[in-house]
Amino acid sequence: MSKLNLTTEGDVHVVVTRRFAAPPEAVYRAHVEPELLQRWCLGPDGWTMPVCISDARPGGKIRFEWSDGKGRGFYLTGEYIALEPFSRIVHVERMHLPEPTPDNRVETRFEADGVGTLLVMRMTLPDAETRAAMLKTGMEHGMEASYARLEGML
Amino acid sequence: MSNLDAAFLALSDPTRRAILARLALREMTVTELVEPFEMSQPAISRHLKVLEDAGLIVKRVEGTKRPCRLAQDGIDCVERWLGALRSALERNYARLDEVLAEITHEKGKGMR
Repeated sequence: MSKLNLTTEGDVHVVVTRRFAAPPEAVYRAHVEPELLQRWCLGPDGWTMPVCISDARPGGKIRFEWSDGKGRGFYLTGEYIALEPFSRIVHVERMHLPEPTPDNRVETRFEADGVGTLLVMRMTLPDAETRAAMLKTGMEHGMEASYARLEGML
Repeated sequence: MSNLDAAFLALSDPTRRAILARLALREMTVTELVEPFEMSQPAISRHLKVLEDAGLIVKRVEGTKRPCRLAQDGIDCVERWLGALRSALERNYARLDEVLAEITHEKGKGMR
């Protein structure tokens, strides 16, 4: 049923693919424009992104701050490396928990797929240990909530 | 180190992933497992030890042999973690579907 595919590849990669029923231009914009990012890139229900800086040019800064509205929060910083509208974005990012995690280099491709888009996001972590930690952290930060929610729907 | 960390570390090695792929077919002894690899039996045994410590395989005693098989609990554990990350992303992308429907609709009406 899920359109999302998430796999590990080799020692240091995580690859996510997902189809969208909108053209690459729209999906690309939703990945770089702050007012759009703040509407979907939120994680579990109830969380918001009060601060969203996305300076979409090579070397431009990225800063996302999330809050659960009850005093809990964390943030991510990064830099854009390359942007090819509306087909490819390369950036690095790190979570601050508050200690920064090792850099995650992310290449996001937006491929035309009929009238829609195939998104291919390929993450490269410095080593296998970091990848293991990242996959684990992804869960620890409130991901249980969405998992439980999904189970409730099944 | 938690069992999950150990499991992901164990999975980070291509030889160990190949061993798991073979064990997915059926239970095998070390001798059988060594065959396709250009490695000594002690080297394969060391990989098996890592996989066993990570809870990904189990060995049983059968006379002088120690056949290995996949440990379903360990494999399920890794699958659950990946599944949790997958569902968190799916949650984000479900919201993105709505945002995209809205912005492409606006575009259709010439509102941009």
